[in-house]
Amino acid sequence: MKALVWHGKEDIRCDRVSDPAIEHPRDAIIKVTSCAICGSDLHLFHNLVPAMLPGDIMGHETMGEVVEVGSAAKGKLKKGDRVVIPFTIQCGECEQCRRGNFSLCRQSNRKGELGDKVFGHRTGGLFGYTHLTGGYPGGQAEYLRVPFSDTTHIKVPDGIEDEKLLFLSDIFPTGWQAAVQCDIQPGDTVAVWGCGPVGQMAIRSAILLGAEQVVAIDHLPERLSMAAAAGAITINFEEESVVERLNELTGGEGPHKCIDAVGSESHVSLGQPDTLLDRAKQMLMAENDRPHVLREAIYVCRPAGVISIIGVYLGLSDKVPMGQAMNKGLTFRMAQAHVPRWTGDLLRRIEQGEIDPSFVITHKADLADGPAMYAKFRDKADGCIKVMLQP
Amino acid sequence: MPLTNLTGIARSEGDPRIQSKGPSSLTDADRLARALGWFSIGLGVVELVAPGRIARGLGLEHKEGLIRAFGARELASAVPTLSVDKSAGLAARIGGDVLDLLTLSTALHPGNPKRGNAAVATALVLGVTLLDLVAYAGVTAAHRRGPDAGGRNYSDRSGLPKGIQESRGLARKDFKTPPDYRAEGTVAAALPAPPSS
Ligand SMILES: NC(=O)c1ccc[n+]([C@@H]2O[C@H](COP(=O)([O-])OP(=O)(O)OC[C@H]3O[C@@H](n4cnc5c(N)ncnc54)[C@H](O)[C@@H]3O)[C@@H](O)[C@H]2O)c1
Ligand SMILES: [Zn+2]
Ligand SMILES: [Zn+2]
Repeated sequence: MKALVWHGKEDIRCDRVSDPAIEHPRDAIIKVTSCAICGSDLHLFHNLVPAMLPGDIMGHETMGEVVEVGSAAKGKLKKGDRVVIPFTIQCGECEQCRRGNFSLCRQSNRKGELGDKVFGHRTGGLFGYTHLTGGYPGGQAEYLRVPFSDTTHIKVPDGIEDEKLLFLSDIFPTGWQAAVQCDIQPGDTVAVWGCGPVGQMAIRSAILLGAEQVVAIDHLPERLSMAAAAGAITINFEEESVVERLNELTGGEGPHKCIDAVGSESHVSLGQPDTLLDRAKQMLMAENDRPHVLREAIYVCRPAGVISIIGVYLGLSDKVPMGQAMNKGLTFRMAQAHVPRWTGDLLRRIEQGEIDPSFVITHKADLADGPAMYAKFRDKADGCIKVMLQP
Repeated sequence: MPLTNLTGIARSEGDPRIQSKGPSSLTDADRLARALGWFSIGLGVVELVAPGRIARGLGLEHKEGLIRAFGARELASAVPTLSVDKSAGLAARIGGDVLDLLTLSTALHPGNPKRGNAAVATALVLGVTLLDLVAYAGVTAAHRRGPDAGGRNYSDRSGLPKGIQESRGLARKDFKTPPDYRAEGTVAAALPAPPSS
């Protein structure tokens, strides 16, 4: 089959690889109809997590049709079912799964000892996302083996196009969780850093959850225009001071809730000198992340507010102002999204026309053009916000 | 991947294996930049380790310290050239090329018995400068946002079919923040009621 394969830093290729096969009775094989490239894939594209092997298949936003089902998954899935595959792999039985913390499943990370070593304790298995989370082949391919498939799928009805459903795999529940982590109250101002696909979903979620004011921060005009389309007030951080504008918009008190939808790879520019230092340290492997947004959010957040971190951090972040955070009594919430915890509810909202996540797709291409689309998405070229690929 | 070799990560048994490779996301300019980055490292190490030899070869005996500093500069520009921010590294390399050429020009005077070597070195540096310029132009062209990327307007893409006003708070009627995500209300509820006057 065809698949997008990681060969090294900035080197992704559409290779021909052997087809996956059922390995375990709980497995299923999906014929992929649509998949997408995520901001998280860019961290791997940039080789910021040294736990990829050349030959790893990328991709964790995938949907398709079930073509083969292992004996133990037969009750839950059958050939021909239309499914979206969450980026998290979950057993559904362990203590974390029972609490709804699906990205922390105790059983699905087949390289768990590595996770134990690096993170102190293992986290769940994820598709196409380094050997720290199981090294599972991803879904930017023609076929995908789904482990624990009886609990790792979202059944979706016919009659709704892929474009509207695909993002149940990741960015829609991810953006939703970013907003839920804020416990939004009527009257709240919610500031969202980053107007990439995740930020866009967080903005819509915050509106649906009743935020009075949503303020969206980025520097790319086309992304800010998409944020404004949902009613967000926008701040271009290259043109104005984020802290001043946020204070102005909140009577000097600061936003109640702050969502970091940027994460590790904050934009590097002279206007934000801390990012230059972070970038230099990153190159010398003295720091993993560029936590500029975290610093800014902690500084501007209203005391007793919430910092909701949904952008991915990879390792060590320097100069995070814990003194400000502690003395202001901030609450921090963060995680890889617990996808299936939200998808039942969110599918219903799509069906009822409360939201149509396809708004975010700016580019559609053939899977074979995937390598070029990685570069385009990374370079923010050609107005690219979200790439959907079809084999 | 040396780091993955160290950690002893291996691919699992049944995972798909590559049968044939397709075209890469790396452009020719990216590859050229990478080659120049490694060249920088090679040259930098030589300049750091054996500046005396280079100085004598070029008839620049009194400039050993400078050559060693140039070695450090080569290494410093190699880091960004090999990174994702190639254009910054290549720009630094071009600046370095100019310094190299200026220094070499001082060895080209007729009184220098090693003038021939210096001329060859100058030609080499000129060639490398040309490659740096080609790589810089190629990399910036390959990775620019495009003429009208920022002018793209997506203000018709709300994603909220019922309209913004109608959508605001729409989910509040049937979504309750789960207990493990609550962040509000607890303090007020814990306070004794204020005395009524
Ligand atoms: N927690 C999860 O489960 C989960 C799931 C998916 C993605 N993510 C993460 O979310 C993040 C965003 O993903 P995406 O797909 O939207 O990626 P993206 O790269 O398209 O978007 C990031 C956006 O942040 C903007 N940005 C950079 N620096 C900024 C700054 N200082 N202030 C404001 N904005 C800034 C960029 O211009 C860009 O528009 C990534 O880190 C990704 O790994 C997390
Ligand atoms: Zn993702
Ligand atoms: Zn589990």
